[in-house]
Amino acid sequence: MRRATEVTVSGVRARAPWWRSRAAQGVAYAAPTAVFVAVFFVLPLLLVGRMSASEWPLLAGDRGLNLPDNYTDVADNQLFWPAVRFTLLYTAIVTVALLGLALLLALLVQEARPGVGFLRTAYFLPSVLGLASASLLFWGLYSPSIGPIGPLLERLGLVDGPVSFLGGSDSALASTVFLVVWKFAGFYMLILLVGLQRIPAEVYEAARIDGAGRGQIFRSVTLPLLRPSLALTLILCVTGSLLAFDQFFILTKGGPDNSTVTVVQLVYREAFQRLDLGTAAALSMLVLVVLLVLNALQFRGLRRPDEM
Amino acid sequence: MGKAVSGIAAALVVAGLLTACGGGGGSGAAGTGDPEGVDDGATLTMWTRAATGPQSEALVEAYNATHENTIELTVVPTDDYQAKVGAAAGSGELPDLFASDVVFVPNYTSSGLYADLTERIEALPYADDLAGSHLDAGTWEGARYVVPHTLDLSVLFYNRELYRQAGLDPDRPPTTLAEWDEQARAVDALGGDVDGTFFGGNCGGCGVFTWWPSIWAAGAEVMNEDGTEADLDSDVARRVYDTYRGWAADDIAAAGARDETGTTWTGVFPEGRIGVMPMPSTTLGLMPDDLDFGVAPIPGPDGGASTFVGGDAIGVAATSDSPDQAWHFLRWSLGDEAQLDVVAAGGDVVARTDLAANEHSAADPRMVTINELVAEGRTPYSLRFGQTFNDPNGPWLALMRDAVFGDGGSLESDNQAVSDSLSD
Repeated sequence: MRRATEVTVSGVRARAPWWRSRAAQGVAYAAPTAVFVAVFFVLPLLLVGRMSASEWPLLAGDRGLNLPDNYTDVADNQLFWPAVRFTLLYTAIVTVALLGLALLLALLVQEARPGVGFLRTAYFLPSVLGLASASLLFWGLYSPSIGPIGPLLERLGLVDGPVSFLGGSDSALASTVFLVVWKFAGFYMLILLVGLQRIPAEVYEAARIDGAGRGQIFRSVTLPLLRPSLALTLILCVTGSLLAFDQFFILTKGGPDNSTVTVVQLVYREAFQRLDLGTAAALSMLVLVVLLVLNALQFRGLRRPDEM
Repeated sequence: MGKAVSGIAAALVVAGLLTACGGGGGSGAAGTGDPEGVDDGATLTMWTRAATGPQSEALVEAYNATHENTIELTVVPTDDYQAKVGAAAGSGELPDLFASDVVFVPNYTSSGLYADLTERIEALPYADDLAGSHLDAGTWEGARYVVPHTLDLSVLFYNRELYRQAGLDPDRPPTTLAEWDEQARAVDALGGDVDGTFFGGNCGGCGVFTWWPSIWAAGAEVMNEDGTEADLDSDVARRVYDTYRGWAADDIAAAGARDETGTTWTGVFPEGRIGVMPMPSTTLGLMPDDLDFGVAPIPGPDGGASTFVGGDAIGVAATSDSPDQAWHFLRWSLGDEAQLDVVAAGGDVVARTDLAANEHSAADPRMVTINELVAEGRTPYSLRFGQTFNDPNGPWLALMRDAVFGDGGSLESDNQAVSDSLSD
């Protein structure tokens, strides 16, 4: 205060001290988050960037720059392109199956009817399980030696002989997709349910008065108004599927015959089987760039002009 | 309170001893170099992998019960062990003691993760009797870094009860691969939920452990001496693959052999519905009491016998703050008391050849069979072992599966892929 008064007296235009300016206050408010982001995101990212440009064996540590060897190693890896192809295929299948089912479930339990609370809980319950625990559970269920599902199907006469859930490349993919859909459908249902309940009843009423049928209402009212929720689930689902690791690591280990190797499994393999952090980091950087581009595209595509 | 005081007193005494020794140990992690080690109530951390966990647990339990030092043992899932050690090495958080699958030891010694134990090992009165293949694996540029911890040999287990039912002589296990094949098929013919044999068909480590002895038994090699070139498409190897292929094709192997990733492959035989299969010797002490089974060496196509001398070797981490205390445990674990009253009594293979014939093994002819095999067994050496043979997405598993479940037509190129990985 005193200083401000002096300034006024001396005839210069009154100015608050720098630490009380709007800009400084803004910086102060943002600082905690900025520090958090810097320590837990930017610094590790720089480290990974550095690793990806260095010869960096897991057991021996940094051995100096070797750009671009790690990146060419990635491209030379025979499993790289099959893994990219498989990851994209898996993402496409999971996204369609998961979001379709989640929307169906959300529509089923949207209205307050007797028993709906039980159904909502039942659908959501698998989500509280960790993905690794769920994978282990299904690994046991699918197991040819201890799993109950195979013998059950056999007894029901649906199949002849033992079922090999993880033995073939297609069945391993299908079995994993089933697990993931079971695990996450309830979670995405919840997001969509919140979206559905945000749509005002008046809109539906107006549509019905105008003579719209059920299908028309769904296409022209529900879907457009559900767009933000759909966008959120789509981004979560695609990102999560592209980063798939736990379920395959536990259920298939990339097998049979390398048919279910995802890109993140390659990262793990480079780092902990081949003990080469440099190449693993290079692969991680590539995945990061792809995810950034993809997420940016999704945000753009799903953003509506009035929601800017 | 009294304990704390005595602990402090002991620490002071030790500190005095250390000063008296004049820090002759040189580089920090090697400690004082005192060949006896130190037992002063220190708390030590130790890691081992699940595959040999029970053996480590028995040793640690016996040591903790009789000594001032306390060892806190962490058993890590076998598949995650390399990753855990690697990550800990990178961040300098290795435990005081860590065991390692003996085939991975060269990776750790060459990266300087273990403290040099050369002088201490040579000062042991029974230094020459320690399992040689483990010591060799832990020798890097002339220095010794590890001692044998648990010996795990691959041997045939056969179910004597099922042999009787199938009209086979329960005292005549197979001596050639062909006999093994006949006997497995005879047991399998019993039908019901009984199967002839079992193997981990989606598990590279299992293949290395149980298939290679059949190749060695015939006098053939799997790699060159430096571990940089594979010889896995030889005629002998092909005959071994063909036998397994027959078991897979005719359902002689139990359901799940094709998918078995190694997680549960030793859990099938104890249920008593498998005729004859190769398994780790460490499972001998874990068999149910009511199972009537015998063990036999793994035969080659035309006879002979060999085994994979696996298991864990153990050393002191180069970063350990308590190398003297850690060595005290290692020295004790190799002594007569631990080897006989803990290891041999638990039905496991002793780490010293001079104790191979002991009161416990004498009581169980199966133990004698296994102990005698140590001399004929092999421990393969390669700096690229894990990424070539244990990696579930590596080239050896591809070879295995092509040779046994595929058409076997690409054996030559598969072998080349293994060589490429070995010389990477």
